[in-house]
Amino acid sequence: MEAIVREDVQKEIDAFAGKPVYVHLETTNGAYASHFNEKAHNVGAFIRNANVTYSHGKIISTGGGYRVGLKLELGWVYAEGLTDYEVDEQNRLLMAGHDEQGRLMVALEISQTPFAHEADSHE
Amino acid sequence: MSKQRVIIIFPHPDDETFGTGGTIADFIEKGANVTYWCGTLGDMGRNMGNPVFANRETLSTHRRKELQEATEVLGIDYVHLGYRDKTIEFEPLEEIVTHLRTKLEQEKPDLVITHFPGYAVHPDHDALGRAAVEAVKEMKEEERPELWLHAISNQAATDLGEPAIVRDVSEYWDTKWKALRTHLSQADGMVDLLNREDQLERLKTERFYTGDQLR
Ligand SMILES: [Zn+2]
Repeated sequence: MEAIVREDVQKEIDAFAGKPVYVHLETTNGAYASHFNEKAHNVGAFIRNANVTYSHGKIISTGGGYRVGLKLELGWVYAEGLTDYEVDEQNRLLMAGHDEQGRLMVALEISQTPFAHEADSHE
Repeated sequence: MSKQRVIIIFPHPDDETFGTGGTIADFIEKGANVTYWCGTLGDMGRNMGNPVFANRETLSTHRRKELQEATEVLGIDYVHLGYRDKTIEFEPLEEIVTHLRTKLEQEKPDLVITHFPGYAVHPDHDALGRAAVEAVKEMKEEERPELWLHAISNQAATDLGEPAIVRDVSEYWDTKWKALRTHLSQADGMVDLLNREDQLERLKTERFYTGDQLR
């Protein structure tokens, strides 16, 4: 992954617009947050292989990171805190936000083929 | 205490080293046969390396390789049980129990080490530990292995008392440390921990509750 270049990512988002795509969307603060700090809550959510079609999407710079919104016929896909991206060898747009120790805080990925979901599958 | 056939059941690559690395090294030196049944490939882990070298889609590949290297350092075999990270607690418990019991009946271990259900902090630890405990309970008494349970929760000592088995593994520290370092993608998430002398000291003692301490 490398630091997001807004114009480049915008082109990738545009390329998927109007096509059925699979989305992986995730946020987490880790399974140990409340173990190391009693006052902290573990917070996390993910959806893997949501099958959606967005009419358009936009990436917005917030200074420290980026927000992405994808407009669906009946709603939105939204992620905040994205910092890094890559287009992998399967032409999937992978975006993530990491903290200063390289830990993932948020991820938004878009693909025209389903993401691996079998326990054993890996690429 | 001689254990010939030992099976370790934890959900993530690196659990084997953190919780039982020194004990494994000790068993191996004494000629035991140890296999790690690893529940998932840790594919939903949060640490992506520092600097970042993995992403959500490649993490499981890295972690599989790291596990391979760690088990080579420890001198054990591993089996991937085929579950997905973060989802074990949502699988039907009976299915996992049957899966584990069937495999245990084939392998006939003398000892099974797993997480103490309810006191292992990560939901996957609790869920797989629960299934492993149930699987052992369901086995015929004459085939039933001894059970050691690894607890992580700060609440464990208060609720459960002291673990029956406390093993000083400082003699095997070099091996445990080397195995820890193979879990590279996770290593820098450990840095905080490993830089703290008190935490390092903690890793030189491995503690296990026994089956009769279950509640
Ligand atoms: Zn774990």
